[in-house]
Amino acid sequence: MSEYRIKGETGEWEVVIGLEVHAQVTSNAKLFSGAATAFGAEPNTQVSLVDAAMPGMLPVPNRECIRQAVRTGMAIEAVINKWSRFDRKNYFYADLPQGYQISQLYHPLVGEGSLTIEADEKAGIPQAKRIGIERIHVEQDAGKLMHDQHPSMSYVDLNRSGVALMEIVSRPDMRSPAEAGAYVRKLRSILRYVGSCDGNMEEGSMRADVNVSVRRPGDEFGTRTETKNVNSVRFVMAVIESEAKRQIELIESGGTVVQETRLYDPDRNETRSMRSKEDAHDYRYFPDPDLLPLELDDAFLEECRASLPELPDAKRARYIAAGISAYNADVLTAEVEAARWFDALLEAGAKPVAAANWVTSELFGALNRLGTDISKSPVSPAQAAELLGLVADGTISGTIAKQVFEKMLETGDGAADIVEREGLKQTSDTGAIEAEIAKVLAANADKVEQYKAGKEALFGFFVGQTMKAMQGKANPQVVNELLKKALA
Amino acid sequence: MSDLTNLTVAQIRDGHRAGEFSAVEVAEAFNANVADAKALNAFIVETPDHAIAAAKKADADRAAGTLKPLSGVPIGMKDLFATNGVQTTAASHMLEGFVPRYESTVSQKLWDAGCGMLGKLNLDQFAMGSSNETSYFGNVISPWRRKDGGNAALAPGGSSGGSSAAIAARLCPAATGTDTGGSIRQPAAFTGISGIKPTYGRCSRWGIVAFASSLDQAGPMARDVRDCAILLENMAGFDPKDATSLDQPVPNWEAALSSDLKGKKVGIPKEYRLDGIDADIAAMWDAGIAMLKDAGAEVVDISLPHTKYALPAYYIIAPAEASSNLARYDGVRYGLRELPQGAGLQDMYAATRAEGFGPEVKRRIMIGTYVLSAGFYDAYYTQAQKVRTLIARDFDNAFESCDVILAPTAPSAAFGLGEKTADPLSMYLNDVFAVPASLAGLPAMSVPAALNREGLPLGLQIIGKAFDEQGVLNAGLAIEERAGFTARAEKWW
Amino acid sequence: MAIDQDTVRKIASLARIAISDAEAAAMEGELSGILGWVEQLGEVDVTGVEPMTAVIPNKLRLRDDVVDADPLTGGNRRDDILANAPAPQHGFFGVPKVIE
Repeated sequence: MSEYRIKGETGEWEVVIGLEVHAQVTSNAKLFSGAATAFGAEPNTQVSLVDAAMPGMLPVPNRECIRQAVRTGMAIEAVINKWSRFDRKNYFYADLPQGYQISQLYHPLVGEGSLTIEADEKAGIPQAKRIGIERIHVEQDAGKLMHDQHPSMSYVDLNRSGVALMEIVSRPDMRSPAEAGAYVRKLRSILRYVGSCDGNMEEGSMRADVNVSVRRPGDEFGTRTETKNVNSVRFVMAVIESEAKRQIELIESGGTVVQETRLYDPDRNETRSMRSKEDAHDYRYFPDPDLLPLELDDAFLEECRASLPELPDAKRARYIAAGISAYNADVLTAEVEAARWFDALLEAGAKPVAAANWVTSELFGALNRLGTDISKSPVSPAQAAELLGLVADGTISGTIAKQVFEKMLETGDGAADIVEREGLKQTSDTGAIEAEIAKVLAANADKVEQYKAGKEALFGFFVGQTMKAMQGKANPQVVNELLKKALA
Repeated sequence: MSDLTNLTVAQIRDGHRAGEFSAVEVAEAFNANVADAKALNAFIVETPDHAIAAAKKADADRAAGTLKPLSGVPIGMKDLFATNGVQTTAASHMLEGFVPRYESTVSQKLWDAGCGMLGKLNLDQFAMGSSNETSYFGNVISPWRRKDGGNAALAPGGSSGGSSAAIAARLCPAATGTDTGGSIRQPAAFTGISGIKPTYGRCSRWGIVAFASSLDQAGPMARDVRDCAILLENMAGFDPKDATSLDQPVPNWEAALSSDLKGKKVGIPKEYRLDGIDADIAAMWDAGIAMLKDAGAEVVDISLPHTKYALPAYYIIAPAEASSNLARYDGVRYGLRELPQGAGLQDMYAATRAEGFGPEVKRRIMIGTYVLSAGFYDAYYTQAQKVRTLIARDFDNAFESCDVILAPTAPSAAFGLGEKTADPLSMYLNDVFAVPASLAGLPAMSVPAALNREGLPLGLQIIGKAFDEQGVLNAGLAIEERAGFTARAEKWW
Repeated sequence: MAIDQDTVRKIASLARIAISDAEAAAMEGELSGILGWVEQLGEVDVTGVEPMTAVIPNKLRLRDDVVDADPLTGGNRRDDILANAPAPQHGFFGVPKVIE
């Protein structure tokens, strides 16, 4: 039960959120033509006669686009509809050459599914929550309009026109900006795991239409508005806050919320109405007569299922079962590339808990500092495994490992070579350690008194001093054991 | 008119192959007839050079022994088929000056088969019409005249009116047409020639300006059944660029032509014998029944109970699909653009489409928009599609007891230009016999069977089972052999 | 069902066809006539009948995901795409400026 409430003039309000995410399908060619889908090409160079809606042109669906949508549906445990159909959504705009978009209204390819967002106390999500997904359907993307190239003309580029989109429609199950943000992040992660969409919101390959309504807790749903084409998680959350506030102020001052389409202005952090002078859109949906119903056979579905990788939830569960903390498991599985890097590290022999700790603190810390990401990590999983192995078998201490890691980043050399070259092996020589311990205790007799009187925290001080005296090369376990003995 | 232009496609093909004449001679003869027939207004664009070039290639192929199936045969191309580098207008101001950079699949197949193009044939605008009176480029005038001595200009039928007029006037031996609700069959009947609409999906629709996607089919028009079979073989075939294309081999329709109908059953649909049916048409129909009996067929009565609902169902479904198919004509990427002073994008659309579309096209777009609109979709469109299922079922049931169906092609002979333009509905009623086979996607052809009391041609329609163009052609041949239809339009142009 | 001029104008707007008052008046009669005539379809008992989805039984074939496999339905042909454009602009289609 979400606790998120907005305080209005007259009391508390609850926010109800539904999201329609448009995700560009990863495929070589477009949904209904053979033109390429790659981002960033010269205008109108990735446009076929079909995409330009020349007279007499006809659509033929791309198997890979269908396959990706089915795989995505399976990843959210949704019903896959073996029989589905394409419908035309008719309206006039310069980015829509046919004067209609081929979509699926009446019988979508994928039915009901769900995804789970993890608990995040800090964000006000007290426990994991399942967000329902009503459907996924496949449709054509529109072209692009540019309005700043000419004083009196807009320019139309149809490169994007006809690229396959999955429209993923959530149920109105979200109750806070944080939940919505978590949903988008989780959905994006799933898409990237499946490989059906690169989730690149800045480039526009994933965008959200945000449906927001408000109500008194316990009341029926209020009238919702739709804010279109929001292209970052941050903006999704900002839209919800600003739109909820706007609606509450409106209702509390006696007005009523109008069901309408809005656009988000990030510079002003507000939404504004897109209502045009024209009559409300009557899209006159009807089955596309150029296409027959889409029928998928069991062999096709089996191949889709077999091709799915381990998904984030399953991976997370496996990590936790291996002893990794829930927090670290979340961090490691959030991004598919990190998860795969980590899996490679495990496969190279690293022990799960130590590896998880090391990756989330040491490796991610270094990548941050270097301003790069895991796909360009200067250290490979195999090299990391070697480093962690040297700690696990006692050759070096954890502290020394940090030094070695720095050297690895600097030089690109392997851990074992660096340890050898710089004589960083730790010692378990009890005699030498006992000698140092004796010196430390002798030099800090007052603290020894305090420790024996009950100040237990000073134990760490003694450890630190001993390690310092031994230049970090003492085996910490041995130091601990011998110190305990010496202080007994 | 030289002898060469009296030859059929088969005769040209075979005569050329046998060395009786050169292809260039044939092309020149037809080019001359075309140039001499401007009064008919059958052509929007004449392409004599294209015909000559193809003819030269045919003569070279003959010398080299590399003849193609239709080498030496020049044809007319309905101006609904996109022709690379040659203006394609759909008889509309909207596409005046539009020159495609691509070739329709069907026309490409014909050029690959060795045909030459005499020109782009006039038609009803966007294939919407039954008399070729909706073309932006003016009416086509039928080469036929009533024998009453008056010079009333007659309709050649529509929408393939340019095609039918051109063939009847010997401007070309054959032409392509398209048939959505009778647009090959009815003009064929009006001008005393033959034409066949194949099973839906038999010919590719890629590159044909779309009118109603679930109904449009390309087909041949020519002076006899054999020519239709020859041309259809070279037009038909699976096209991966058309998702509704039939993935089936093209039968050897010409080789298997046979007018022996022993063992075949011909169904006579009682619902087609309308009250007040024209006496000459009723007589022709009865004569046709006798002809098919004579060819060995057994004649049975059948019922197609939902016949009367076919026309209203068609005039919901076709306009609905058309209203969406014609949305692309908006002045943005090609075709006409009307940009009034200070107009924004949506105003440009409205002005362009007002200026570019003719009145009948606008009417159908409006009807289509209305029947698809919120609140009316179920009552009109869904209902019509359900009735369509029933009409198809009627045929399935009927074909349990017969192999082909015989009926008139049209409810009247050719009418005068302007006679039916006052009331759109009266024009639509022309399609009453043709539309049911279109809705069911079945192959259907018209063959000339008789002249009426005015001396004008009447056609008989044969409807067959899906994929049974052979059955249809064979029955057509049986009628052709017995009808003795040798009448020709007398040259007044 | 008779439709009035208001409805005619609404449909014309949906269909993006500018019509004059005279045309709206003429169309009112014509369209009402046609729509009144097609209404007889309502008489037909369609209980248990599915709307037609495929005219001739056929399977929807799917294409392989190969760029420009068939030049006729592939990209990389901007000149052809812009060849008939009313207002080509440096590789774009020019249209009257739109405010979003």
